[in-house]
Amino acid sequence: MSNREENRLESPAQARYRRLRRRRERWIQLSRCGILLAFLLLWEGLARFGVIDAFLLSSPTRMAQTLVELTRSGEIWPHLWTTLSETLLGFALGAGLGILLAIALWWSPLLTRILDPYLVVLNALPKIALGPVLIVWIGAGMPAIIAMSLLISGIVMLVTVLNGFLAVEMEKRTLLRAFGASKLQEFTMVVFPGALVSTVSALKLCVGMTWVGVIVGEFLVSRAGLGYLIVYGGQVFQLDLVMAGTAVLCLLAALMYLGVAHLEKRLLARRG
Amino acid sequence: MTDQPLLAFDHVSMCYHDDSGETEVLSDFSLRLMPGEFVALLGPSGCGKSTALSLAAGLLRPDSGRVTLRGQEILRPPQHCGYMLQRDHLFPWLTVRQNAALGLRVRQKRLSARQKAHIEELLAACNLTEFADAYPAQLSGGMRQRAALVRTLSVEPDFVLLDEPFSALDAQTRLRLSDEVRQQLRGCATLLVTHDVSEAISMADRVVVLTRRPARICAEHAIDLPGLPLERRRDPRFREEFDRIWKELDVHEQ
Ligand SMILES: Nc1ncnc2c1ncn2[C@@H]1O[C@H](COP(=O)(O)OP(=O)(O)O)[C@@H](O)[C@H]1O
Ligand SMILES: [Mg+2]
Repeated sequence: MSNREENRLESPAQARYRRLRRRRERWIQLSRCGILLAFLLLWEGLARFGVIDAFLLSSPTRMAQTLVELTRSGEIWPHLWTTLSETLLGFALGAGLGILLAIALWWSPLLTRILDPYLVVLNALPKIALGPVLIVWIGAGMPAIIAMSLLISGIVMLVTVLNGFLAVEMEKRTLLRAFGASKLQEFTMVVFPGALVSTVSALKLCVGMTWVGVIVGEFLVSRAGLGYLIVYGGQVFQLDLVMAGTAVLCLLAALMYLGVAHLEKRLLARRG
Repeated sequence: MTDQPLLAFDHVSMCYHDDSGETEVLSDFSLRLMPGEFVALLGPSGCGKSTALSLAAGLLRPDSGRVTLRGQEILRPPQHCGYMLQRDHLFPWLTVRQNAALGLRVRQKRLSARQKAHIEELLAACNLTEFADAYPAQLSGGMRQRAALVRTLSVEPDFVLLDEPFSALDAQTRLRLSDEVRQQLRGCATLLVTHDVSEAISMADRVVVLTRRPARICAEHAIDLPGLPLERRRDPRFREEFDRIWKELDVHEQ
């Protein structure tokens, strides 16, 4: 179908529309970069002219310098690697366990009913409050950090995915059953693909939640990682370090989000 | 042999239970569908028509009485049963062709060459060949319901259950599609459920009029009109049948 549309000659009005459209897109990209640039320039300027205290609030150049030093000395890599591995592990576990539990609960409505109040409370609870408990139970180390992020992201994942499963139309399932489908087929042929859109958006949520969990975990217990770097910088009043760590974190989080968005595109591409 | 019904309801009763109490939906309901026969179940909405179809599809079991297919009690969804609902329920993530093969894919991993050819034939018969690789979202309502018809027929059904399959369509599409469906189902035993009197008369060999809930059979009419639905609607006798059945249906509505 799209082939036929491409082969058709474009009318002047359509060409004009496309030109305007492209210009608009360029303008949007430009504005986005512009905002960041303006922000950095303003910050730098205010720091240079002494309007703000560069010692307390750092400045883009000082931040960049710190980053260069951290990279040159190689000090940044262990921190980066620690946080990244914690996050990837936390994400995989949170997403995986969340989906598996959602499947189990979908399978057994009775279990869902029984566990409902617990899910509600767990979902509403600020999981950070469980930090001290986790540290005592698991010890102050990487496992506690991963448990923290698992707790924060896994429950969101579970609840969102389960709701997606339950929202799949009953009649579609009935139709499949009339064809003789088993419960497993019902799940694989209609419930899972039918809820794919919401599962993928749950994954996006999960990325953000995992970062929250990991950084909070690192604030609480760790001796390494970007969260640790940030807290450490704060404690010794090295705000350049805090800002540098935050910048790297922004970059990583954005990259991971892009990865999931790319996955989303690929997963949902085949749909009309 | 020809006297044996394909599908039979024998003194079937059925209740639903929920917190608001018991709802008796079918009460001592008996019906026979002969091979090749097209029967319309006509009744006010909420009287239990869909429930009767669910029983025939093996999705529900009756409280008492028996529902049988060629004399065998239906305990699970029968293999060669086509089921079509009010809405097409095409899966938006599958192409029209994949949707059409859905019933077969439930039972087997891959389709035989013969089955594939059969699906292509059905798509062609329903003017969908051009859209076989399109997704349902790209199709109009009538085309979607035709795709659902192909999905229903691809399992080579012994009998077909139609649950108000046209009621979600606009009037014109509805007329055209009922013609097309009737044509495709020629010779296939069919149970159509509807609350539309003219639809029932225009399509069926026999119209069974049901009472309000709990559904009981209040009258049966053999419809002896020739041709396809559109032709039948133009027949002068169509009006007579309509008036007759309309009155019967009326008696039971307030
Ligand atoms: N699962 C169910 N639980 C309780 N009541 C139901 C259920 N399904 C249908 N009913 C009730 O049974 C009656 C008959 O339903 P149905 O067979 O769908 O009627 P129809 O198809 O003729 O409109 C309706 O009054 C409906 O409210
Ligand atoms: Mg109904």
